[in-house]
Amino acid sequence: MPSASSSSSDYDPASLPDLLPLYYRRLFPFSQYYRWLSYGGVQKNYFQNREFSFTLKDDIYVRYQSFTSQNELEKEIQKTNPYKIDIGAVYSHRPNQHNTVKSGTFQALEKELVFDIDMTDYDDVRSCCSAADICSKCWTLMTIAIQILDRALRDDFGFQYLLWVYSGRRGFHCWVCDEAARTLSVSARSAVAEYLSLVKGGEETVKKVVLTEPVHPFIQESLKVVEGYFSTYALQQQDILGRKESVEQVLALVPEDVRKELQQEFKNERNPENRWQLIVEQASRKQATAKKGQHFEKEIMLQYCYPRLDVNVSKGVNHLLKSPFSVHPKTGRISVPMDLTELDTFDPFNVPTISLICNELDRVKVGEKEDENAEVKEIEGEAAEKRKIRDYKRTSLAKYIKYFDAFLDGVSQSWKGELLRKSDLQKEF
Amino acid sequence: MEFSSRRRKFATTPQMELYGLPLQFYGQPPLENISLAEFETFAVERLKLLKTVENLGVSYVKLSEQYIKKLDFEFKNLNFPYRVDADDRKPQCGPSEYEKRRKDHISHFILRLAYCQTEDLRRWFIQQEVDLLRYRFNDLHPKLKLEFLHKNNLEYDAISIEEKQVLQDKLIDSSYGVSGITVEDQDFYKVPFQDALDLVRTRKVYLKAGYVYIPHQDVVTIVLNDFRTRLSKALALTARSLPAVHSDERLQPLLTHLSHSYLGQDYSIQKNVGKISLEQIDSLSGKSFPLCMRQLHQSLRENHHLRHGGRMQYGLFLKGIGLSLEQALQFWRSEFTRGKVDADKFDKAYAYNIRHMFGKEGKRTDYTPYSCMKVILSNPPSQGDHHGCPFRHSDSELLKQKLQFYKVSPSGISQIMDLVKGMHYQLACQKYFELTHNVEDANFSLNHPNQYFVESQKILGGGKDAKREMVDTPQRSQGNSAFKNSPAPREKAAAPANTNASQDSAEMSEDLDSYFEEV
Repeated sequence: MPSASSSSSDYDPASLPDLLPLYYRRLFPFSQYYRWLSYGGVQKNYFQNREFSFTLKDDIYVRYQSFTSQNELEKEIQKTNPYKIDIGAVYSHRPNQHNTVKSGTFQALEKELVFDIDMTDYDDVRSCCSAADICSKCWTLMTIAIQILDRALRDDFGFQYLLWVYSGRRGFHCWVCDEAARTLSVSARSAVAEYLSLVKGGEETVKKVVLTEPVHPFIQESLKVVEGYFSTYALQQQDILGRKESVEQVLALVPEDVRKELQQEFKNERNPENRWQLIVEQASRKQATAKKGQHFEKEIMLQYCYPRLDVNVSKGVNHLLKSPFSVHPKTGRISVPMDLTELDTFDPFNVPTISLICNELDRVKVGEKEDENAEVKEIEGEAAEKRKIRDYKRTSLAKYIKYFDAFLDGVSQSWKGELLRKSDLQKEF
Repeated sequence: MEFSSRRRKFATTPQMELYGLPLQFYGQPPLENISLAEFETFAVERLKLLKTVENLGVSYVKLSEQYIKKLDFEFKNLNFPYRVDADDRKPQCGPSEYEKRRKDHISHFILRLAYCQTEDLRRWFIQQEVDLLRYRFNDLHPKLKLEFLHKNNLEYDAISIEEKQVLQDKLIDSSYGVSGITVEDQDFYKVPFQDALDLVRTRKVYLKAGYVYIPHQDVVTIVLNDFRTRLSKALALTARSLPAVHSDERLQPLLTHLSHSYLGQDYSIQKNVGKISLEQIDSLSGKSFPLCMRQLHQSLRENHHLRHGGRMQYGLFLKGIGLSLEQALQFWRSEFTRGKVDADKFDKAYAYNIRHMFGKEGKRTDYTPYSCMKVILSNPPSQGDHHGCPFRHSDSELLKQKLQFYKVSPSGISQIMDLVKGMHYQLACQKYFELTHNVEDANFSLNHPNQYFVESQKILGGGKDAKREMVDTPQRSQGNSAFKNSPAPREKAAAPANTNASQDSAEMSEDLDSYFEEV
């Protein structure tokens, strides 16, 4: 396993302009992509009124792109070879004609409910890396975040079709594709995002999680997830109770009187696990005596491990979010959908880079030279499609596209019923 | 479509039915003729009422004893329908209950016309109307509450006793003030979560598979949620038909006037563009910036970067005190390029944002500097952010330290901290103003960071003694050249500050700099 990562880290950003044409011509899963964003064609113009935006070479940013068909999208992407693709909302009109409609009538109507979690937001509680860097240690935070959010979105909010996508660098996105989620109003989106946010406050706030009595079932469930990782991740790997500065940081979160006692007790106790036990004991002692709830041990766990959402991304219907299967220009990694059954073994460093999969394409070709000339000729329609399927199947991208297919099969259950109902209504003519 | 259906002839819905309850959802517009004088009185008085609602909401916990008492008083005072017993007694004097309800109805619709025009106005109006309804619904007799729900099709099914037993623990853990006994006594309603967003947002309700389980006591939330949605839709519709209303030259000026008076001064109008030079910002930030802006300025200088929320809050404030677009671009560029951002990246990634603030990009809205309400309530800071209201969004320990560092006296600090504890953030800020400007009573009610700046400049400008006037520095470059070296500016500056403070603020603070150096 670890050896695979070394070859994919060979990516050189300077090679991106050479690799993108190949990627978009032979590997990008356009048909699945189109299948996804049309949602079975239940609603007219759902794909056609969707905004795409491209980041081209030299950070040129083009918004309000829209396409009438898969073919048109494919042609345009293969022509412009965008460094990055973003997906926006479904609008009331074709986004590429937004200047021609009367102002005020061009409105964002629907979009998947999306979430964006980024490792930079955890900088104050991880010691291994900072900013854009990640390592396998802090990636645990993402694993925790996904588990907590996935459970809550399914069990609490009743959503079913959740697409989790690795962002290509230091975080992940979630696309909730249920119809009920796509039609949520702005205020409903923000309510959902706030329900899910526990860590609050900026640089001027030290204690970012404050629990009140009673502890809501949602928080109890989330704590269960955190408890499963806390000892290994926070106490051992991040060593939050080992180093002097980080001990102070933790103790800043407990009440003043408790802090003094703990500082004394820590003088004779160096082992992080035992130190944590001391904190837990203090907390339960407090809980027994104080009449108001004292949950500082829980608050510490949540402040260090609970998912930190970028609420603003989730709130807006018209907010753009990086598309699945877009390439991350800095790392070269593909934004791949994640199969949550393999969440605990998901390794961001094993996600294929564009250079790796383009190489794989070449490598195999040496063996089977059969359609060398077919490549020169323009082959059309079905043949090209089949060819492309064969192409990606030869690369490390295959398993991610396979998962995406399975996800779409699931979502299609929701629109099949809808389509049946509609066709029944139309039987008259 | 909806508009025409609402215009049904009034004969089919008799007045009595429309005004059958002391409060309503304002589903149908009034259709009678009223005089212009009445139109104006109704509108002005409702506006007064809404302003009171806003002010009380800032100073007191909503629905606390004080809050209710003060609002009761205002209701009585302005003759709006107030505290009706179920048996509807005749009032001894003043307008009849019917007249009050009619006034409530008509005045609401007039203000809709005045407050539907912009996003900001709509948000303000909806917020105050919702708070108003909360207060009035809360005040209603339980019997009338049910009647009201029934009338507005807000009936939900209570869950069965068995289901309640299964969920009992969860229900207790998710609702405040609900214990085992009250779960048994109370009805719980199963409602789609979209209908109770305020409860979802604050996690005050149990949520399962997309449904919330609302205890009877919290049913008001559904009412408010529904009202908010309806009002928001109605305002959007009203906005579309506004051109027709505006063609009436009797109403148009009145409506414009009404909508302008909601926030006091509009700080987006730039009277003092170019009156401030970039070099002055550092010293001004120490003397005349409110704490929130001082904090942003400081962290910008330290980190050579601010995240989006901070750039918006601080950038618009600077625009409000008189930075021109060119100055703003220069200011942000010079600071950002000192950090990790090079000039090229700045021009690509950030310059757009700044031109946008000045209405030069995108939908070309000339953005208004944020008011205190907006800073306190919307977009709270998260990891890496320095924006927000320091009185609202700082840990009290940090806030104390900061105030000490800024040389606020210990007694002053404890006064401020008391206000913060009572959630009177704007009053705390005002107290900070009074303490740092050495005035007993600031004589204004603070609701805007730019107001803080203007008031501060007034005081600092007016506090100059006569001696300073004589050594007035002559080399000011950006002032009005006609005044240079003439006796005129001295006379002006010696006059009460509020006549010229805002326009001459730049010059004055320059004077002040040298003044403080001398002392």
